Order: sequence, then structure tokens, then C-alpha cells
Amino acid sequence: MSSYEARFKVWRGDVGGGGLKDFGVEVNDGEVVLDIIHRLQATQAPDLAVRWNCKAGKCGSCSAEINGRPRLLCMTRMSVFTREETITVTPLRAFPVIRDLVTDVGFNYTKAREVPAFVPPDKLAAGEYRMTQEDVDRSQEFRKCIECFLCQDTCHVVRDHEENKTAFAGPRFLMRVAELDMHPLDAADESGLDRKKTAQDEHGLGYCNITKCCTEVCPEGIKITDNALIPLKERAVDRKYDPLVWLGSKIGRRSSGG
Amino acid sequence: MATGTEPHLNSGGVRNGTRAAITAPHLRTDRWWLAPAATAAGLLAFVVYSTWRAFSNSHYYAAPYVSPFYSPCLAENCVPMRNGPNWEIFGSWWGLSPALLVLIFPLGFRLTCYYYRKAYYRGFWASPPACAVAEPHKKYSGETRFPLIFQNIHRYFFYAAVPVAGILTYDTVLAFRNEDYEWGHMGLGTLVFLVNIVLIWAYTASCHSCRHIVGGKLKHFSKHPVRYRAWQLVGRLNARHMQLAWASLVSVALADFYVYLVASGVFDDPTFF
Repeated sequence: MSSYEARFKVWRGDVGGGGLKDFGVEVNDGEVVLDIIHRLQATQAPDLAVRWNCKAGKCGSCSAEINGRPRLLCMTRMSVFTREETITVTPLRAFPVIRDLVTDVGFNYTKAREVPAFVPPDKLAAGEYRMTQEDVDRSQEFRKCIECFLCQDTCHVVRDHEENKTAFAGPRFLMRVAELDMHPLDAADESGLDRKKTAQDEHGLGYCNITKCCTEVCPEGIKITDNALIPLKERAVDRKYDPLVWLGSKIGRRSSGG
Repeated sequence: MATGTEPHLNSGGVRNGTRAAITAPHLRTDRWWLAPAATAAGLLAFVVYSTWRAFSNSHYYAAPYVSPFYSPCLAENCVPMRNGPNWEIFGSWWGLSPALLVLIFPLGFRLTCYYYRKAYYRGFWASPPACAVAEPHKKYSGETRFPLIFQNIHRYFFYAAVPVAGILTYDTVLAFRNEDYEWGHMGLGTLVFLVNIVLIWAYTASCHSCRHIVGGKLKHFSKHPVRYRAWQLVGRLNARHMQLAWASLVSVALADFYVYLVASGVFDDPTFF
């Protein structure tokens, strides 16, 4: 096993101010950035705040920015950096900082609550739901989300424009709308809830300019833009901008869903 | 040592007062600027070339090849093309280049294409220039207002792009003639046209609107097995939409340039048989 001393810059501070602090720290073969942050806590900065849980890329807790890129600390191997490189670790820059590498991601929970839940179908009790695999494939891809909020962090709509946080749900929750709209048993339409229309009117789908950063940073490899956001935009077009589809649905010759 | 220990002034974006006090608009250390710069350069090169060719109104037909920029030719001032796409529905009053009548459709298709939107939003408008790199604009309304709300008409341009691709297919069939209009021949130009039309169709079929129309809009794939298969097929192409967008952009320019070279007498079309 070989080891070396790496140079790190870690942001330390709170909402009152802070800055990048330099560290030299031992790195061993096979380690990830979270291991190094833990070594810093153990040897040099015992009060360094960092949020983490599973160390396996499944809990979505250790989201941060490494060399300016939103990533999971536990899934970023030290071997992707050269030994000469200075590695900069900062908290997520789209959310209010609490302390050191910990941010307040409450914005995301607010947005989650704004998305109406799955609407159970009439005449089916719990345990009677039956779905074929091809009907749930699309929704299942979106269910892989670990809610690390890296996509929310990197999305320039809110990252660069704080004022848009009111109107825009962000890629994670637009994906949730898409997941429910594609769900074979969701009875939102029957209950009078048009998810396609609310995606645009209430969750800010139109703010998305499909520049795909959410897809680039997703640690689960979910094709957020191609499989959720663009299909949702096309569904909104069905409702709001395609007179043929609108007319067809009015005279009952074409259903909107199938 | 610690640096930048003062909280931000509330200047918005990543420098918002409640966020971590980091002055730099981004901390990326990779060559993040390369992709948008290369994209902008590539698109700019095509815009310059296609503008020159569209307005030049010359050297667009060398029997049996017609430039894809000028097909179909809808004005009376077109060069006569035997059995070719001469449909003079605009009559004699149109005095400008006939290419302008046709290019509006493929131009609109590509301009509103989901891939190209990403490309030019990043490459030209820096919105954002790259992921986690702060954009320079103070306000952002995305595609919620005029004029960008018109990006939602992409599917209409898709509908228009299908017959245009059909006509270019017809032109490719006509390219299996020689310069005396005899069938059963093939030249280097035929090969160029063949490659171009395959890429044009692949790009058109891989479109996100196409994917939605053939099956993506459905809620129950199990009730529509044929459309489900079609959706899967388009989905596989769609995963290569960016590559197909670039390949077809280059191929259509090359097909036009080939016709230009032959029509202007730079060289004769090498015939295979």
C-alpha cells in the first residue's frame, strides 16, 4: 500500500463568513474524499462539520463540491486526482450554509411538499394494484433517486438566481411530477389534477432550459433531462401548445394519455 | 490559512448572502470552457457557410445532384432539374434565392431542437457556460416568456422536417443516374448523398418530439405493444441525438459543398459505374 500527502483546501465557516483553509493530509490507496475529510477531523480539525451516513453512495448525505463540481464525497475516489493537485472541497453553493461543509437543504423539502402525492385509483384496494413491468420501467428509473440534491445544487436556474426558488421546483421535483404522470395507476387526471399543466404553471417547468447539468451530476446515472424533463415538456406541449391534441381531446377522438 | 473571511454582500447567485462566502464565481479546475467554445465555433462555422450558400443562389445543381440547401426548389427562378424537385409554387414574384423558402424548416427544426438548445444556450448565451460555472446574467426567466416560449413549437418543425427529409430521399434516388439522366449509375456524389440522407433520417427520427409522439405520451405501454416497440427504437436513437445532430449537420454541409465543387467545375464527379 502506498501513501502520500495531499494538499487540500476545505471551506470552513458559517453564514457569518468563512474561507478556504489549507491542509496537508495523508492519503492511502483506495480512499475516497470522505475518508480524507474524516482523517482531517481525526487529526487536525476535530470540529470540522460534515454530513454523512452510509459511505456507499446510497444515502445522499455527503453532497459537496469538489474542485468546483457537485459530487458525493463518498463516491469520489482520490485516484481521480493527480498527487500534485490541490483538492478544494466546499459546501453546496446553491443553498444557505450552516457550518463548514453542511448546508441547509430545506428548500428541497419545501418543494417536495408542493408536489401532490400519488392519487390512488378508484375501485382498487391496497394489495390489488397490478402493473406490468413495461408500464413502470420509466417511473422506476426515477425512483433510483437518492435525494442527494446535487441536481438541485447545480441547476443554474436556482444556483445563479435565488429569486427563482419560489417559482421553480428544480429537476429533482419536476422528475417526481414526471414519475407520477407516467405512473400507470396514478389517477390524478380522474380526480381533476392535471400534472402536465401544473408542471408548467406551478412547478416552473418553463424555467428549465434543458442544459443537462442535472444529468451530468446525478450519481445514480438517471437521465433526468432526456427521460423526465423533456418528456414532461412534451406532455405540457400536448396540453398548452398543440391545438390538434387539444381539439382531439375535446371531441373525444384522441385521449391524452392512453 | 483562511481566506475571504467576510460574509458576502448580497449580490445574488452563488454570492447570495446566506451561502458559503466564496468570492470566485466557480472553482472548477478542469477545462470546462473547451466544450462550449468548440460548440460555438462549430455552430458559427456552419452558420457562416450556410448563409453564404443560401444567399449565393448559384452552383446548386450539377446533374444529377441537387444541393440539399435548394431542395425542393419552390420558385420559378430555379435551375431546371430533370425529374428533380422543381415545384414552382411561389411563381415568378420570388426574386431572392429559392433556398430561403426551404431552409426555414430545417433551420427551425434544429433551432428548437432540445440538443441544439443546450448547445447554444451554453455556447453562445452562457446560460450556463458549464455546470456549476456562474452565468453572467442578472435575471433569468428561461423558456417561460417571449421569445423563448416559442421553443415549445418544436414538434411542428418536426412535422415539417419529415417531408423535407422525404424530398432529400427522393433526391438521393435521383442521384443513381448519370449526368445524362440514365438510371443505374453511381458516383462519389451518390455515396455522399446516401450517407447524408441516412444521417438526416437518423437525426430526425431520434428527435425528442418524435419519441414523445410515437409512444412517450402513453401511460400504459402494455396496451400499445407496437408503439412501445417504436418508442424503444426511437429511444435507442435518441440516446445518440447529440452525435446525430452534429453528424447530420456536417453531412448536409458536405453534400452541399460537393455539389458546389462539381457545379462550379472544380472537379468532375468520379463515377463508380
